[in-house]
Amino acid sequence: MGILSSSIARKVAMALSGLFLVFFLAQHFTINLTSIIAPDTFNSWSHFMGTNGLVQYLLQPVLIFGVVFHFVMGFVLELKNRNARAIGYQAYKGNASSSWASRNMIISGVVILAFLGLHFYDFWIPEIVHKYFESNPEDPTRYYAETVHKFESPVRVGLYVFAFVLLALHLWHGFSSAFQSMGFNNAYSKALKGFTKLFAVIIPLGFIFIALYHHFNQLPH
Amino acid sequence: MSILDSKIPKGPLADKWTNYKNKINLVNPANKRNIDIIVVGTGLAGGSAAATLAELGYNVKAYCYQDSPRRAHSIAAQGGINAAKNYQGDGDSTYRLFYDTVKGGDYRSREANVYRLAEVSANIIDQCVAQGVPFARDYGGLLDNRSFGGVLVSRTFYAKGQTGQQLLLGAYSAMNRQIARGKIKMYNRHEMLDVVKINGKARGIIARNLVTGEIERHSAHAVVIASGGYGNVYFLSTNAMGSNATAAWKIHKKGAFFANPCYTQIHPTCIPRSGDYQSKLTLMSESLRNDGRIWVPKKMEDVLAIREGTLKPTQILEEDRDYYLERRYPAFGNLVPRDVASRAAKERCDAGFGVNATGEAVYLDFTSAIQRYGTEQAKLHHIENPSETKITELGEAVVEEKYGNLFQMYEKIVDENPYKTPMMIYPATHYTMGGVWVDYNLMTTVDGLYCIGEANFSDHGANRLGASALMQGLADGYFVLPYTIGDYLANDIRTGKIPTNTPEFDAAEKEVTDKINFFVNNKGEHSVDYYHKKLGKIMWDKVGMARNAKGLTEAMAEIKALREDFWKNVKVPGSSNEMNPELEKAGRVADFLELGELFAKDALMREESCGGHFREESVELDGEQKGEAKRNDVDYAFVAAWEYKGDPGAAVLHKEDLEFKDIELKQRSYK
Amino acid sequence: MNLTLKIWRQKDAETKGKMVVYKVTDISEHMSFLEMMDVLNEQLVNSNEEPVAFDHDCREGICGMCSMQINGEPHGPDRGVTTCQLHMRMFKDGDTITIEPFRAKAFPVIKDLVVDRSSFERIQQAGGFISVNTSGNTQDANAIPIPKYAADEAMDSATCIGCGACVAACKNASAMLFVGAKVSQYALLPQGRVEATERVLNMVEQMDKEGFGNCTNTGACEIECPKGISLENIARLNREYLSASLKG
Repeated sequence: MGILSSSIARKVAMALSGLFLVFFLAQHFTINLTSIIAPDTFNSWSHFMGTNGLVQYLLQPVLIFGVVFHFVMGFVLELKNRNARAIGYQAYKGNASSSWASRNMIISGVVILAFLGLHFYDFWIPEIVHKYFESNPEDPTRYYAETVHKFESPVRVGLYVFAFVLLALHLWHGFSSAFQSMGFNNAYSKALKGFTKLFAVIIPLGFIFIALYHHFNQLPH
Repeated sequence: MSILDSKIPKGPLADKWTNYKNKINLVNPANKRNIDIIVVGTGLAGGSAAATLAELGYNVKAYCYQDSPRRAHSIAAQGGINAAKNYQGDGDSTYRLFYDTVKGGDYRSREANVYRLAEVSANIIDQCVAQGVPFARDYGGLLDNRSFGGVLVSRTFYAKGQTGQQLLLGAYSAMNRQIARGKIKMYNRHEMLDVVKINGKARGIIARNLVTGEIERHSAHAVVIASGGYGNVYFLSTNAMGSNATAAWKIHKKGAFFANPCYTQIHPTCIPRSGDYQSKLTLMSESLRNDGRIWVPKKMEDVLAIREGTLKPTQILEEDRDYYLERRYPAFGNLVPRDVASRAAKERCDAGFGVNATGEAVYLDFTSAIQRYGTEQAKLHHIENPSETKITELGEAVVEEKYGNLFQMYEKIVDENPYKTPMMIYPATHYTMGGVWVDYNLMTTVDGLYCIGEANFSDHGANRLGASALMQGLADGYFVLPYTIGDYLANDIRTGKIPTNTPEFDAAEKEVTDKINFFVNNKGEHSVDYYHKKLGKIMWDKVGMARNAKGLTEAMAEIKALREDFWKNVKVPGSSNEMNPELEKAGRVADFLELGELFAKDALMREESCGGHFREESVELDGEQKGEAKRNDVDYAFVAAWEYKGDPGAAVLHKEDLEFKDIELKQRSYK
Repeated sequence: MNLTLKIWRQKDAETKGKMVVYKVTDISEHMSFLEMMDVLNEQLVNSNEEPVAFDHDCREGICGMCSMQINGEPHGPDRGVTTCQLHMRMFKDGDTITIEPFRAKAFPVIKDLVVDRSSFERIQQAGGFISVNTSGNTQDANAIPIPKYAADEAMDSATCIGCGACVAACKNASAMLFVGAKVSQYALLPQGRVEATERVLNMVEQMDKEGFGNCTNTGACEIECPKGISLENIARLNREYLSASLKG
């Protein structure tokens, strides 16, 4: 795997792709947040993201690459790590020394991946179809209503909530862990750790709140 | 003239080593590539020797019974390493270190060796720092020193309470570098079971692969034994469970004389025994005596109340405490040498003042130190009228900084907080000054067979001062043996590889295999530990801290009888061609059962009290020193080197007279 | 107290192992865990069974030889201790104790509870040293002042006893704490900086070759380490490795 041949290089790559996704998440959250505060802003920002060439043809592929890389690498590492202990313990008391979240990134990761599938099915694929296959005329005000209508089904909202709880767990360990992986461990680590933990709770909670908000404040069709 | 030739170079003491080094034969680098050296043991002495010999260009084969050289028991040394650097400007010098060592050894060591040791001590520190050993430093970034029992200067370098560990890891790292270069071939989990002599010269060893059980032949041009001491002859000691005398004893049986076996150090500050199941004793560094005060209650009723658990030591008033070391030895107080401190503890406990259930414990109390440091810190931090709690808090922080890991270790074992209640300590077997006799070159009485570190007898005389063992191990391995062995090997450059398919190897291997087969086939009654514990009890009771002719004579007979029973009734489960810890133990205990008898024989012969050897018949009868040990320089200023004659009881004594040209023999007084 | 022990028995590296149940009685709470094992072994020898093989030596927590996974944790439930320092007062009468060897592909079992940790040796040989020859002419030990905090921190890293508990505790069987501690000790000292680049690259390469897993920062190693080696050592290792890689 060339540059990724060493274990440390691989974990740094995980960290960097993870941090990139955290950044994306923050940006996504900010735009989503406008959907409950200012629908017009939501529409115009969404329109910008959906039509701007730079976003569509540069950032979007980069993001997709980041996501794919992060999860492929995650699977590769998981397999390697399982392989590093061929015979398991009869008794293994993981909780004594580490958190569930840190030991089960693969579980939270797979759930998030499944959620991404749902998310693509809900938003991204219809968007692509809408824009590039059906060649519909651009309507800069359609986004808000479309978004809110997606949260009509309680099952879907339930799935969202569940996925975001696991995203919180994933971030709870992953965000601060990324800094450790890159060798950042100094006087500021404690403060930084606090920030990452806060982020890990607040952002997923925010997403959950937005989903529930729209669910309970449905627009007429 | 004795048959022992110590080969001490002529000339003034201070120049002997330098002049000698300048004149001895060297081996040219191209020829070193054709010479093999076997090093048995990878502690400070063996590890440093293996690394240095490999750096010089020899092909080294190194052996240890553990799974890594880093686990040798040197790793457990806590307190520090002495060196005459005089960084503290307190009047230290090579001469003073030499003098203290000879005096501390109760004038039973060889002057020239000790002077050389003191001379190279400073190089050791330089070498270790260059290797990355993280010695303690002060705020200016320079090396810190502490003082140690029995001396009046601060010359001890330390790395927290883990100095041995750090020094060993330094030597181990030097070894690793040579293993990677292919200059050291490392044999982990191997135990040397015999030496092979060809035409009177040591030319190889028989070793057992402890994983597969295979018996292997290894040849070399010279063999170096660095297998440590024989303290485990007492069963309970501060040595590691695997520490054994087999390599040293096997070479003794093949012609190397064994010197001063009775010189054993019983270390004063160990955690007391708690029950019969006890497998080993744990040392608390002697450095604790720098700040701890040793006492027992003055009143018998207090002792009894403590044993019953109705009284706590902290409740005993200052005036009801007997700080017996301060009382008996006002000049040195709690810092008297180890032998003196140990005997004083035994004296109090024998008189009935022992403070635990077994009656074998005294207190080591840090209250005064915590108060002193606390007050000092309060001043440093400009705290006006500090409260008692504040002082205690500040003082405890200082004590923790100095001895934290020791205190933690104590608490884990005893389940009592030593910051709040005094530690309990009692003497335990720790180090053996005696060992294989070697000359100035560190060669034994067998050509090409060397012995270094604790395994030899050389530098400590009858008693070893604190922080001297690490110094001697590293001096032998880094700075002495690599020079002196060249003088011998210079004659071997044309020898070529030593073949292992010779009758001598056949015979040695057969002897080893026969013994192993006996053990696994002898379906006896008792486990190996059964015999080891019995031997330990005889040794402790009759060849322990105080010895007398009657006890020693009995001990010799009892050990002999026990040995005979062992060879009839020992039981070793499992087979010989697999990993078999019981079989390993059986071989080691068999050797201890022989060594123990020679030990008692030597102690019986030495009708004087010196250092770690205290004969009840030889005490001062009057004067200021009444009751203290009485040395007899007229009759016993010699090294007792024993030659094996088929049975330990039949060993023949050879005397190497000790001449003191630069030091006047004096009664040791720590009053 | 009376205890039930479930112990992994395996004749040799090739044979398949299994858990075997034993009973021990009259165990004193003041015994160390290994003294309890001694009692069991004495019992087995007396009943003509093969005693349980386990690694141990100094029995004072410094040699790093003892290595048991006790009730799912390396060196058992107590903190800051090795197996030999673990005392039976941590257990209760009637307890069942599960005892297994340290498990990792890079630590194959030799017999019963004894594992082969030579992978650690090879990592050290790859660079765990400073290349100075022994000589009586090394510069004076005080020639380079080293700030106290650096010396103290180097000492903290150097206290690693190489027991392998970090690997045993890690769900990925990663050796990063062990390697991090060694790299850190030298990285913190001026003597060690000279070869810092090659050292970290070589040691990490060897670590990967041995088949240890990747670190995922769960932190289990730090908690289970009998010497309290901190995760900072892993961060420093990552840092050293990154800067060494960039330098090439």
